[in-house]
Amino acid sequence: MFAIFIKELNAIFSSLIGYLAIGAFLLITGVLIWVLPQFSILELGYSSLEPLFNLGPWIFLPLAPAITMNMFSEERQSGTLELLNTKPLSDRNIIGGKYLAALVLIAFSILPTIVYYFSVSWLAVEGVRPDTGGILGSYIGLFFLAATFVAIGLFASSMTDSGVAAFIIAIVLCLLFYWGFNGLSRLPIFFGKTDDLVQSIGIQYHYEGMSRGAIDTRDLLYFISIIALFLGATQLSLSSRKW
Amino acid sequence: MSVSVQHLVKIYGAQRAVNDISFEAHKGEVLGFLGPNGAGKSTTMKVITGYLPQSEGIVKVCDFDVATAPMEARKRVGYLPEHNPLYREMYVVEYLRFMGRIHELNDLDARIREMIGRTGLQSHRSKRIRELSKGYRQRVGLAQALLHNPQVLILDEPTSGLDPNQIVEIRQLIRDLGREKTVILSTHILGEVEAVCDRAVIINKGKLVADASIAELQQQFSGQNIITIEVLGKTNEQALRSIQHVTQVRKLSEQRWQLVSPAQYDIRAEVFAFAVANQLTLLELHKELFSVEDIFHQLTR
Repeated sequence: MFAIFIKELNAIFSSLIGYLAIGAFLLITGVLIWVLPQFSILELGYSSLEPLFNLGPWIFLPLAPAITMNMFSEERQSGTLELLNTKPLSDRNIIGGKYLAALVLIAFSILPTIVYYFSVSWLAVEGVRPDTGGILGSYIGLFFLAATFVAIGLFASSMTDSGVAAFIIAIVLCLLFYWGFNGLSRLPIFFGKTDDLVQSIGIQYHYEGMSRGAIDTRDLLYFISIIALFLGATQLSLSSRKW
Repeated sequence: MSVSVQHLVKIYGAQRAVNDISFEAHKGEVLGFLGPNGAGKSTTMKVITGYLPQSEGIVKVCDFDVATAPMEARKRVGYLPEHNPLYREMYVVEYLRFMGRIHELNDLDARIREMIGRTGLQSHRSKRIRELSKGYRQRVGLAQALLHNPQVLILDEPTSGLDPNQIVEIRQLIRDLGREKTVILSTHILGEVEAVCDRAVIINKGKLVADASIAELQQQFSGQNIITIEVLGKTNEQALRSIQHVTQVRKLSEQRWQLVSPAQYDIRAEVFAFAVANQLTLLELHKELFSVEDIFHQLTR
């Protein structure tokens, strides 16, 4: 797993992808949060990072699939996956190495936004402190959200040898799981308790829970299970050659 | 034995790509795996390397069953797939280091240096793989297959797409490797089998049609010995036909004749005695060999 992890990190940071992903995330959040009045923290009037966490999912929606789209599809297309599959490596090792490398990239794009936290506390009225606990919870939520999108992206990439197809499949799946179930729950056929249940299948329900700063183990468990679900599906998709 | 394939069957959907193939390959031997395109060569190799599971049968590498002890078997195999897949963006050394890490090699840098030397990549070691010509890419593929010093080498069409000089070099390397390892090499270039292999397994439409040494194959499938002679002095068909075991005489020119006898008789001694008795000077005497090409056509028609 270590060998794959190092190789993927090298691939990410020796090509443009890594810097582009980090740069894009910081540029978009930076411009939206500090410059454009519609989302601006400066216009908000509260010392909070809420705009960052509201925007996060919509920025990672294209970004996470872009990071993962080629991770399997390129190897499938070039035949190097066949070579890896004949090495003393289990499919789990291969998936784990790639997944961890993508997580590192995600972490590197989120981490610099801590500067925003210090800016907000500096801008705050004397004596008022931003809700540090809440912001920390939101950061953990944002990381798990991105980690889920990456797992979905990895699964999409394992299904096809076209990177573009993987990108599109990943975006559709991310949208469905982030927002789709929330939308579905509004259908009149779901009422009473069922509409809450349908909503809770979606990511948004749990992400927003964590964004309020309350780290509920049920939300964490939800994220971990959905990540495990998609990594498991990736494994299944890789072993489909054997059927 | 290093590689043992017993009653291997591989079914894709409704098609039997490999149908009950059994053969063995031993240490110190280069085994040629021959067959027309689509005969099941690559499929068999993919099962041996653990990429695909078999439908039936048992495949063992160094006594490790590829189905029940896949990791142990894979550690002992070096594989060069057909079309030699490589990471185009990687540098040669970077690629070998990655493969070495997968095998958890301790003396990685020393092994990489050795492989680069052995495959003649010194002057290209710090280039990106995509900048290399096809011949050098093939060497990178071979270096990858050899890096962990495996006992078994599986090479799927290792010389396809190379120029004649490169082919000669790669074949020499394979012959050298064959002395210490078990090499299974697939090809549809028949000359390659004659040039490199000690033994050939020929498959057609998923079935084994021959498994023998090159010499045996030539013997077995010729069914007859053909001897070409050139003599100084006068002789005729009738006289030549009187030599023991000769069944057929063909006149090639005034001095050159071909004598045919059943395969089990070597009539060269009789031909020599005949020449002496008839005061003919024998300028040339040689046994014609059936080429692997003839055998191949006969078997896979």
